[in-house]
Amino acid sequence: MASQRPRSTASSKGKDKKNGAASSIENLAETAPPSDIFPMVLTSATQELFECRADEDVTGDSPYKLLRKEDIVQDMKTRAAVSDFSPIKQVVLDYPEDEMLLVFDRDFTYGQSFYLVLTVEAKERLLRPPELENEEAEEDDSEDYAIPTTPVPQPWVSLGSDREIEDETFTDSRPRLKYKISRIRREFGAPVIFSDRNAVETKDGFMECASYQDKTFSLKEMERGCGTQAIPDVISASTQTQWTYPKNMCTQYEPREFSEEDKENCLQSENLKNFVKSVAVRFELAIQQNEIMDVFFDDWAALSEEDAAFGGKADTYMKEYQSFTDLHHSKERTISHINWHPTIPGVIVAAMTERLSFEERICGSSKLVLNPSLILFWSFSDPINPQLMLECPDDVFSFEFCPSDPNIIVGGCMNGQVVLWDISAHVDRLRGTRGGGGKSMSNNTVVLQGFEDKLESETPVVRYCAVSGIDAGHKAPITDIQWLPEGFEVSRTGIPIENKAGTCVQIVTCAPDCCVMFWDIRVPWTGGQPLEEKKQKTDERPLDNPHGVPNMFKHLDLSWKPLMKVSLPKIDSSGEYSPLKFCLRHNTSDSQVATVYAERSDIPDYSLLRVPSAKNLKPLEDICTKFYVGTEDGELIYTDWKMEKDNDSGRLFSPKPSHRYIIHDGLVNTVRRSPFFEDIILTVGGWTFAIWKEGVMVSPIILSHCSQTRCTKGCWSGSRPGVFFIGKEDGSIEVWDLLEKTHEPSQVQNITTFQITSIKPWIISSKQHLLAVSDHFGTLHILEIPWTLRSPSSNEKQSISKYFDKEVDRLIYVEKRREVRAKEKEEAEAEDLKRRMQPVAQEKSLEQMEEEAQKEYEAYLAMEKVIMKDMGLAED
Amino acid sequence: MAEVEETLKRIQCQKGVQGIIIANAEGIPIKTTLDNASTVQYAGLIHQLLMKARSTVRDIDPQNDLTFLRIRSKKNEIMIAPDKDYFLIVIQNPSE
Repeated sequence: MASQRPRSTASSKGKDKKNGAASSIENLAETAPPSDIFPMVLTSATQELFECRADEDVTGDSPYKLLRKEDIVQDMKTRAAVSDFSPIKQVVLDYPEDEMLLVFDRDFTYGQSFYLVLTVEAKERLLRPPELENEEAEEDDSEDYAIPTTPVPQPWVSLGSDREIEDETFTDSRPRLKYKISRIRREFGAPVIFSDRNAVETKDGFMECASYQDKTFSLKEMERGCGTQAIPDVISASTQTQWTYPKNMCTQYEPREFSEEDKENCLQSENLKNFVKSVAVRFELAIQQNEIMDVFFDDWAALSEEDAAFGGKADTYMKEYQSFTDLHHSKERTISHINWHPTIPGVIVAAMTERLSFEERICGSSKLVLNPSLILFWSFSDPINPQLMLECPDDVFSFEFCPSDPNIIVGGCMNGQVVLWDISAHVDRLRGTRGGGGKSMSNNTVVLQGFEDKLESETPVVRYCAVSGIDAGHKAPITDIQWLPEGFEVSRTGIPIENKAGTCVQIVTCAPDCCVMFWDIRVPWTGGQPLEEKKQKTDERPLDNPHGVPNMFKHLDLSWKPLMKVSLPKIDSSGEYSPLKFCLRHNTSDSQVATVYAERSDIPDYSLLRVPSAKNLKPLEDICTKFYVGTEDGELIYTDWKMEKDNDSGRLFSPKPSHRYIIHDGLVNTVRRSPFFEDIILTVGGWTFAIWKEGVMVSPIILSHCSQTRCTKGCWSGSRPGVFFIGKEDGSIEVWDLLEKTHEPSQVQNITTFQITSIKPWIISSKQHLLAVSDHFGTLHILEIPWTLRSPSSNEKQSISKYFDKEVDRLIYVEKRREVRAKEKEEAEAEDLKRRMQPVAQEKSLEQMEEEAQKEYEAYLAMEKVIMKDMGLAED
Repeated sequence: MAEVEETLKRIQCQKGVQGIIIANAEGIPIKTTLDNASTVQYAGLIHQLLMKARSTVRDIDPQNDLTFLRIRSKKNEIMIAPDKDYFLIVIQNPSE
């Protein structure tokens, strides 16, 4: 019986929560398995029957109605097909329980207003859950329901750690102070004026925070973090080894060498021959490559040396560096010889002589005695006053410093005497430690006028310490004087022997009295017993020295005799040559002009030196005893100073010179060796100069043309092998550079208006080369040599030597040609002579000549005929 | 023997040649134109250098071998030609 209940159209939305919750649960349960429920429509009749009328019995609030199963079956039986329950008849019959649930579905969830729950579980479910909910709500509180929820934070319980944190926190103990600093507006941007103020001066200018020991900071370290590492045990131990004694060990070895036999064997072997043959080719290639061109030669670097003319022409001129004239002593005097001091830089010495001719000298000889001749020492520091003056007995024409002891100076006088000076007492003055002349003013702080020490401001005059005997010396003015180098000395016979003393002890002089003399500055060997000598010494008590002269050469004074006299007999005639200048061969390595003389700390006491007996010392073989001499007549002589023994009388005499050359037109005033080449000599005389090579006896290798003015002096340059200077009569200096021009000087520079009397170059430093030039007026000019003239170009020495060799070859060739020509000439003459000697042919008469001519003509005609006939031209 | 002499003389006469040394493979000089001390020194030192040079060349390329070694110094040039059993040293001054 299906009771149709109209669906309640009243949409009662307002469900209470419980029902809503229940219905929502129901809905959930029902929508899932709709098979448990059967939506149906119940007619009103059914509804009345079962007392489930809509909105009366069952409402929204209580939608459940339990119907008895039997009633439903009854209904079905009664109304069979019309029953609402007919579609589910079977299910109803199968339904296990008695009561079935009918639910009023107000909302039409399943499409009908009612539905019947078909299964028991669904019924239970529908009926129970709402009840269950009510029941469960009470039970939940008591049960320990394990639902995972986030833990609720508990309030913090202090266990004492917050105290430490509170201690450590940093809180302001007082509110922070704030300062506001402001300025007047008009002062903004105003210019600021700063001034210094010393903080110390004003009171409270500064607040000092001095440091002090604060006890609070001496903390005791309670805790310290450090790392540790475990290591194995460490033991320090030492031992001592036994070292009995030190012993030097050395090994001597020699290289393995083959014996002679082995060498021979090797050389003979075939193997070696092949090897050498094969290898020689490679070598020749390589060697020739080297010969052709030097691949490693740096052209770029070498270029710079040749590019000498950096400055303009002005740079090649010699600039005047300084000039010295003495007001008192240079008047009417001329300088005859100059020399640079060998050790003290900047000191130059000039010998002043009277500028008078011979006649004038004789006339004014009395006056000359009153004015002694002097040698002046000039220093660059003082151009007005000379530093030192040496007194000479007479005019000195030549003087030299001793090479081994620069304090000894020897000079040759006009009267033929040889003079010795010793300036060791005044060396300090020369060096400038005391300051000479007017300079001493600056040294003294307090100078009283008129009370100055006169000696200091005046130049000291040094008297000569020894002078040779007037009889024993030369009879003519000594024109050249030189020291023998210290390597050897010369005995009485002229044989060079070993010089044990090691210092220069011998002097060579020459004068126009036709002899060259050798002098020795030591005490002559008298041959007496040693007792005598000792006695002599004790007798010589230190005498009063009125002139303040050192006693070193007392033994020589006034008794000095030459060791040896070398005369120069003429070669082809009787008589002798009169030497003016000579030049010895350099027999030691350094005799150059610019060499620094060895300054000896132990100056030998010359008075103790004795001329040794000639027998004891061995003669030196390799010393060349030949030398060149230039004479008054313009000749150059090559001679030997060794004395020869005349077999007949046993006397010693000088041999004749080996060679003589007449070259110059006047006096030979210079004979100088080149400082770079041992065998090249420059001679100057008259209007020409010549360069000679020792060994080439034919002629000079270079002979200059006659110049316009006389050549008065010449000297080699100290730094460039091919350069030399010639001084002229008109006061100009010619600079000759053999590599540049050989027919004329490369440069002529006029120094002064007077004749040049002496030229000497000197090297002060690598940047400064000076040339000292003295003129006839008595002025000493110092010129600075420019860079072009003082720096040698690369290979200059080689080039010059090659040039000289070429010249020598030329001379040899010329000689040969001369011989050839001479021979030819002879032959030509001989022929000429022979021809003349032949008998004179008969003079033919005129007729005979005509006959002969006629005969010839006829012979010619005949010949012509024959030829023509042969040629077929003539008619026969 | 004469041939060897002749060849050596030819080399010696070239310009600038200062000395010639023939040494065996161990560096013992056999023939020389210099004095004994210099010869021994040259032979010993150059032998070591030669070994080094040769081993260098052969290490780089084992098919290769050293044929000539030239040492150019400031003053002169030393030329060395090695062989299996001997080597020849020539000292020349090229700038003369």
